[in-house]
Amino acid sequence: MMTLKIAFRNILRNRRRSTMTLLAIAVGAIGIVLFGEFVRFVTAGLETNAVDKVGHLTVFRTGYFAFGAGNPAEFGIDDYPAVVRLIREDPTLAPRLNVVTPTVSLAGIAGNFDLDASKTFLGTGVVPSERDLLSRWDEHGVNRRRRLPDAGLRDDDESRGVVGVGLARVLGLCEPLKVRGCPARPVAPRVGGASLDGDLAGLAREDRPPVPLGNSGGSPRLDLLAATAGGAPNVVSLLVSRAEPQGVRELDDNFVAMHIALAQKLVYGRTPPKATGIVVQLNHTADLAMARDRMRALFAEHHLDLEVRDFGELQPFYKQAVGMFGAIFLFIALIMGVIVLFTVVNTMGMSVMERTTEIGSARAMGVRRAGIRRLFLTEGAILGAIGATVGAALAQVIANLVNHAGMTWTPPGQAAPVPLEILTAGSAGLLARVWLALVIAATLAALIPANRGARLPVVDALRHV
Amino acid sequence: MEAHSLSQTDTDPVVRFDEVTKTYDDGGVTVEAVRGVSFAVAPRRFTMIVGPSGSGKTTLLNLIGCIDRPTSGRLEVCGQDVGVLPDDEVTDFRARNVAFVFQSFNLFPVLTAYENVEYPLLLLGIPASERRARAAAMLDAVGLAAYGHHRPNQLSGGQKQRVAIARALVKHPALVLADEPTANLDTRTGAEIIALMRRVQDQQAVSFVFSTHDPQLMSHADETFAIRDGRLVEVLQ
Repeated sequence: MMTLKIAFRNILRNRRRSTMTLLAIAVGAIGIVLFGEFVRFVTAGLETNAVDKVGHLTVFRTGYFAFGAGNPAEFGIDDYPAVVRLIREDPTLAPRLNVVTPTVSLAGIAGNFDLDASKTFLGTGVVPSERDLLSRWDEHGVNRRRRLPDAGLRDDDESRGVVGVGLARVLGLCEPLKVRGCPARPVAPRVGGASLDGDLAGLAREDRPPVPLGNSGGSPRLDLLAATAGGAPNVVSLLVSRAEPQGVRELDDNFVAMHIALAQKLVYGRTPPKATGIVVQLNHTADLAMARDRMRALFAEHHLDLEVRDFGELQPFYKQAVGMFGAIFLFIALIMGVIVLFTVVNTMGMSVMERTTEIGSARAMGVRRAGIRRLFLTEGAILGAIGATVGAALAQVIANLVNHAGMTWTPPGQAAPVPLEILTAGSAGLLARVWLALVIAATLAALIPANRGARLPVVDALRHV
Repeated sequence: MEAHSLSQTDTDPVVRFDEVTKTYDDGGVTVEAVRGVSFAVAPRRFTMIVGPSGSGKTTLLNLIGCIDRPTSGRLEVCGQDVGVLPDDEVTDFRARNVAFVFQSFNLFPVLTAYENVEYPLLLLGIPASERRARAAAMLDAVGLAAYGHHRPNQLSGGQKQRVAIARALVKHPALVLADEPTANLDTRTGAEIIALMRRVQDQQAVSFVFSTHDPQLMSHADETFAIRDGRLVEVLQ
């Protein structure tokens, strides 16, 4: 107790120097906490962005993940409604589930034959209402200040779909879809004869459902061509409701979302429909490992030839971005830690020098070397604790100011700017870790001068002027 | 953990030098500060070590106070051969048996007068209630009961030295070492401090060893050891 009292009073003794040291520690804490909370926001945003598209886990037929993209028809899940039911009705999984929905992934050629334009596409067939539910997942609250658009698809309308802005631009749909900032397709002079393969255009015309133009609601139409399970070409028509930016250009130029029934019709034709995947979204990401293990056990128990992949495997960008931000955070924290370390070493070094005679007196009175060391370490720890506490508190104030400043930014992997936020909610763990790290850094920094003070010969210390 | 813990009789010397030498390495030059000194300090006396500057009297005082070690020879303090004790043990020995009164008072500036006096008792692990009572009584004994909450910078030189004496005596040491205790005081205050030390020495039956060349202090000596060039040249009873 006396050590604590002496240490605290010694800190107050040279107020200017102590204030500067505390400021350095506080600035370090502010930097680490703010950037840490920003990284948490980015990580939560990336996670939300991934999970609201591909769920936490996706069930595939074994081999689909490695080979299925080349033949989605071959690697489809037979009787997928039974698998969906199995997952939904499992008593362990049920309370943790938000959405379990089938999906069909496919690739093909999208054509706007009115403009003689075609483009390869990557398509996804979804159950619209379940997709809507999927896209509203926001465990970390990163989307609470954003108004999410509706999916543009309806359960009762199999004919409609959504495309990426890039695909809309290439296929000349920007004007009819009234996409802002998307240039209209220039009319290119024709070279030679017919610009589109006559067979494909004919196939498209044959396969078009007899939808009267009035029923399209003024939506432009695309013809989608893909190979069926049997290898034969198949074409369906899609009424494009909207174009949505997809963040990554490659995806934006190829993206088509449609009703699962339409996708199944395109891939499986008249054969029994399958799903290429079953997307499972949990209420909480923390349950991911448990849910994956449970599903694997469930499939093994029912002899189902299925595999389970998490969103990190499906979207490697998530792991890369999280890793990158983690590395930047570590780098910044190290720099701040080193600054704190040197500041405290300097302060405590000066303190030891100024108090050499006091050290000699204390040693002469019977204070062991360890007692001297403990005194200076305590001073370092107190400086660290006060500085880190002030810094953490100021960081929260600054974070709130930033959060209410209305700033926006475009996170990696997203197309549109979103409100810039520093995630203060749930930061207790980060604050505790930063506080502890700074207190330890300040205490360790005091160790060098503390040892120097403790090792001083008593006679020399008493003679010090 | 109190003073006089070693098995000493009332007549045994409190300090015994036996052919003690102390040499320093001063930038590559060996300096012999104490050269084969042998003498004994009787208990409960006012003992003076006198001599000109650089004669080695402060070195002798440091050796007696166990804050320095003899280069050779044997030094017993309170019957203990202090030259053989490891650092922590000799530090604990000091805490129990030896107290210092410094020329520049050396009070802890961040502690009040009362806390300065209480501090040695903390080192001995004395319980809080006893600590409080003894520290308050000691401050009262040196006439500073009303100044307990004053920091050293709020006290005069004489008051500081009184606090230093209270701090030295509060743990009931066997031996109090005072290095020029009156050097920074005016004559009148110096005389008061000497009278105070004499009074508490009588009350507590404690041994005082001074290093001084203050004639006023030297006039109170029970025993004087004169040192010159590191050698004992005269003993005056």
